[in-house]
Amino acid sequence: MADTLTHGPVQPSHALSLVPKADAAQSAKDFKSDQEVRWCPGCGDYAVLAAVQGFLPELGLAKENIVFVSGIGCSSRFPYYMNTYGMHSIHGRAPAIATGLAASRRDLSVWVVTGDGDALSIGGNHLIHALRRNVNLKILLFNNRIYGLTKGQYSPTSEAGKITKSTPMGSLDAPFNPVSLAIGAEASFVARTVDSDRKHLTDVLRQAAEHPGTALVEIYQNCNIFNDGAFEVLKDKQQALEAVIRLQDGEPVRFGAPAEDGLGGKGVVRDPATGDLRVVDVAEHGTDGILVHDAGAASPTTAFALSRLADPDTLHHTPIGVFRSVRRPVYDTLLADQLEAAVEQNGKGDLSALLHGKDTWTVVG
Amino acid sequence: MTSQVSQDSAKEVRRLDRVVIRFAGDSGDGMQLTGDRFTSETASFGNDLSTLPNFPAEIRAPAGTLPGVSSFQLHFADHDILTPGDAPNVLVAMNPAALKANIADLPRGAEIIVNTDEFTKRAMAKVGYAASPLEDGSLDGYSVHPVPLTTLTVEALKEFDLGRKEAGRSKNMFALGLLSWMYHRPTEGTERFLRRKFAKKPQIADANVAAFRAGWNFGETTEDFAVSYEVAPASQAFPAGTYRNISGNLALSYGLVAASQQADLPLFLGSYPITPASDILHELSKHKNFGVRTFQAEDEIAGIGAALGAAFGGALAVTTTSGPGVALKSETIGLAVSLELPMIVVDVQRGGPSTGLPTKTEQADLLQAMYGRNGEAPVPIVAPATPAECFTAALDAARIALTYRTPVFLLSDGYLANGSEPWRIPEPDELPDLRTQFATTTNHTLDDGTDVFWPYKRDPQTLARPWAVPGTPGLEHRVGGIEKQDGSGNISYDPANHELMVRTRQAKVDGVQVPDITVDDPSGGAKVLVLGWGSTYGPITAAVRRVRRGGDVVAQAHLRHLNPFPANLGTVLRQYDKVIVPEMNLGQLALLLRATYLVDAQPYTQVRGLPFKAEQLHDVIKEAIDHG
Repeated sequence: MADTLTHGPVQPSHALSLVPKADAAQSAKDFKSDQEVRWCPGCGDYAVLAAVQGFLPELGLAKENIVFVSGIGCSSRFPYYMNTYGMHSIHGRAPAIATGLAASRRDLSVWVVTGDGDALSIGGNHLIHALRRNVNLKILLFNNRIYGLTKGQYSPTSEAGKITKSTPMGSLDAPFNPVSLAIGAEASFVARTVDSDRKHLTDVLRQAAEHPGTALVEIYQNCNIFNDGAFEVLKDKQQALEAVIRLQDGEPVRFGAPAEDGLGGKGVVRDPATGDLRVVDVAEHGTDGILVHDAGAASPTTAFALSRLADPDTLHHTPIGVFRSVRRPVYDTLLADQLEAAVEQNGKGDLSALLHGKDTWTVVG
Repeated sequence: MTSQVSQDSAKEVRRLDRVVIRFAGDSGDGMQLTGDRFTSETASFGNDLSTLPNFPAEIRAPAGTLPGVSSFQLHFADHDILTPGDAPNVLVAMNPAALKANIADLPRGAEIIVNTDEFTKRAMAKVGYAASPLEDGSLDGYSVHPVPLTTLTVEALKEFDLGRKEAGRSKNMFALGLLSWMYHRPTEGTERFLRRKFAKKPQIADANVAAFRAGWNFGETTEDFAVSYEVAPASQAFPAGTYRNISGNLALSYGLVAASQQADLPLFLGSYPITPASDILHELSKHKNFGVRTFQAEDEIAGIGAALGAAFGGALAVTTTSGPGVALKSETIGLAVSLELPMIVVDVQRGGPSTGLPTKTEQADLLQAMYGRNGEAPVPIVAPATPAECFTAALDAARIALTYRTPVFLLSDGYLANGSEPWRIPEPDELPDLRTQFATTTNHTLDDGTDVFWPYKRDPQTLARPWAVPGTPGLEHRVGGIEKQDGSGNISYDPANHELMVRTRQAKVDGVQVPDITVDDPSGGAKVLVLGWGSTYGPITAAVRRVRRGGDVVAQAHLRHLNPFPANLGTVLRQYDKVIVPEMNLGQLALLLRATYLVDAQPYTQVRGLPFKAEQLHDVIKEAIDHG
C-alpha cells in the first residue's frame, strides 16, 4: 500500500480543502488579537504582520482552524498578535511541533513563524526534515541576517566578516542561502519576498497558503536596531533595478533598466558549457536563449541555479518570487491514507482481540 | 508431537516445583528466539514464569568471543514466582564463550548441556581455555551432557537440500527440542510458530521443525538423558481468568492503545529509535487501525515536539525514549509543564551515564525525571513494578496527564521492557474511564461584561487548566513558554504573578491523586521495612519471602508513584526502626525520602546492569534485622 501511495498520482486536493470556511466575510481586524505589539518601532516585522492579517481574509477560512506556531526570537512573538490559535514554543523547535499538529489535524491551516537563527541555526535539523517530509505547513522565515532578541550577534545568514558584538574582528563562517538550502532539502515550495513590498509579499503568501505540502517563504526583514539597511539595495528604487530579479512563472527572467522591448535590459541565460546560469546584457546577447522561469519544473536544478545568482555580500542579482512549486505526496495525507488502509485491511481495531493475541490459556477458579 | 513419545518409555520422570534454565550462545545463534519459544511453551502449559534476556549492544559481535555472548534465562514453577531466578539449574552452552561467560553463575550440581562441535582448539583458545574444560576436570562438580548439537542437527536435516552451514543454523531448534523433552513442554505452539515465521520459505520451516523434533527424539532415546522433569502448572498461583505471556514493552504499548480507547482520543506517538524503547514504536506502528499515528522523528527533540503539537491539537500524546533521549527532550518537557498540556513521556531506563549500557537495566534516571529541567518544572512520575504492570502504568499515566493537563513520566527499565511474565488479560469493563472534556465555551466575563476564554483559568479541584483545541470557535488563544498571567494566559513579567504561577504548578502536581502505599507486614511486628520502586519488586519480594520462611519478621512496601509520593508514605516510614531501599542506582530514591521526610532511609545499591538477586537481598535484609 505504501508503495502505491508514494509513487501513485498526487491527490489533486487543495492544501486547504479540509479546512472549514468562515461563516461570514472577514477583515484584517478579525485577525488582530487584543495584545499590544511590542516590536521595536520601525521593525520590519510590523509590515509582515499587517500583510498576513490583511491577506488571511482572502482565504476565508474559519479563524479557529488557523494555528500559528513559532520558536524563539523577535519574529516568534508573532502568534501573540494573531487572533487565531497559537503557540510560542522553544528555540528552533516550531517545525517539529507544527508537524505533530498538522499530521494529526488535517482540518487546520498551520503556519510556522521563525527567524534566521531559529530556523537555520538551533532548529536547522527540524527545518530540513519538515521540508523533506512535505507536511502541510507554511513556514515564514523572517531573515534579518542578525540575532535581534539577544542584541546583535551574527546569524547563520550574516555575510562573512560581519562585525558584531560576538565577532569584533569579523565573523568567520560562510552564510547559508536559505533558498538554496530549502531546495537542497527537497522542498516542494520555495519563495523569497521582502517585508516592504506589500503586494509581492501578499502574492507569495497566497501561493504558499494554497500549496499542498510544506511551503518555505523567506522574507527579507529589516532589523532597524542591529542590522539596519541590510536589504536597502533591494529596496532603493534605483539600486533595486540592478539588484532585484523578479521571478514570474512562465516569463523570461529579465531585470534591470528596460531594453527596447520594454522588459528588463538584463537577462539570465544558461551557459552551454557548464549548465550554470549567468546574467547577460540583452542588448548584446539578444532575446534568444533567455531563461523562461518554470517554478513547476520537476528537476530542482534550475531553481537551485537561480538561487545561486545572488551575491551574498552585495545582494546583487537577488531573485525574489516563487523559485519552486511542485506537487508531491503530502505527509499528513499519506499518514491518513495508511490509517484508512489499516482499517480496510484489518477492520477497525478491537481492543479485546488485541489484548488476547494468539497464545492464551485459561485458569478456572 | 507428544503423540510421538513412546508409550512404553522406561525413563524416569521427576517432579520439580521450579526450574531455572539459561540458554547461552553467540549473538547469531538465535538464543533470544529459543528462549522466547521455550517461554511460550511454558506459558501455555500454565506455569508461572519470569524471564531475563541478556544480550550485547552490538548486533553481531565478533563470533565466539565473550562480549558476543547472548543469553536468555527463564524461571518457571508450579507456584507464583517473582524473579528470573538467581542461579540457573540448567545451562545450555552453544560454544566455549557461552560456557566461560556463564559458568560462574551456576551452582555446583547444575546441569550443563554443551555443544561439543564448537569446542575446537581455536574456539577454546579464543576465550582463554588452555585445555578443554570438558576434559580437564574443571566441570567435575556439574552434571555435564556433551552433545554434538551441530553434527546431530546436520544429520537430522540430511534429506533437505541444505549445506552444512545452513543446516547447522537450526541447531538452536534442536536444543529447544531437547529441552522441551526434558521438561515435558507442549510443542504444538513452536511448530505452528515456525511454520508461520517461515511461511514464505516452506523448506526452511520444514527443516526447523525437523531439527526441533530431532532434538526431542534425541532426549527420548539417548542414554545420556536418563531423567526428564515435570513442573506442574501453577494452578493455585493464578486467579481465574484468561492469561497470556507478556513483556514490559508489549504491555506498555497495549496500555497506551487501551488508554487512547478509554479516553476516546487518537493516540499520537512521536519517537526516535533508541534501545531499549524502540519496541514500543515498532509495536504501536502495527496498530494504525486503532487510529494510532506513529511518527518517527528526525531526533529525540522532534519526537517530543511533534507529540506536544499533537497534544495541542487534542490527541493523547506520547513520546518514548531512554535516558539519553530524556536529556535531549528536557527543554520540551519544560515547555509542556508551562503549556500545561497532557503528554506521556516513557523512559525505558538503561545503564548510564552517556551511552552507558544500552541493552542493560538501571534505575538511575529517577532524579533526571524528577528534577532534570530548568526552573521549577514538576512532573508526576509513575513506575511499574513488573512487566505486566506496564499495562496499568500506561493507563495511570494517561489518567494523570489528562486529568491534570500535565506531562507525566512513566519510568520503565530494560529489565521490565524485555522481561516477561504471565498476565491476566483484563475485561474491557475493568478498564478505567479516561474520557475528558475539551473546553467548548467561554469561561470568564470581563469587567465590561464581555465573555472571553481564559486558557489559564483553573479547575478549583484539580488546578488543571481548560483544554481548548484548535477548531473550537470563540476560544482562539495563544500559549507559550514565557510566563503567563494567571487566568488570561497573556505574557506577564510581574513578580507576584510569577511567584503565584510557579507555586500553582507545583501545587497542581503535589495534589495529583495517587493511592496510598500498602504495607505487607503480616505479623504487624516488623522493625525493618524494605521499600522499593520499579523493577526491583520481584527480587525484593522473593527476598522478603525467603526471610520470612527463615522465621524472621520484615515489612515490605513498593512505590508505584514517585511524584507525588502517596500521602501516607511519611507515616509509614516513621513506623519502622529501619528502612532499607534497594535501588539499581547510587541511592536516588533514598535521597528523596531523606530530604522529604527526614527519615534515615538506608540505600542498598547496585549498578551492574542486571537485576538484584533474591539471595543477595535476603542477606541484606537479614543483616538489618539481626544487627538493627
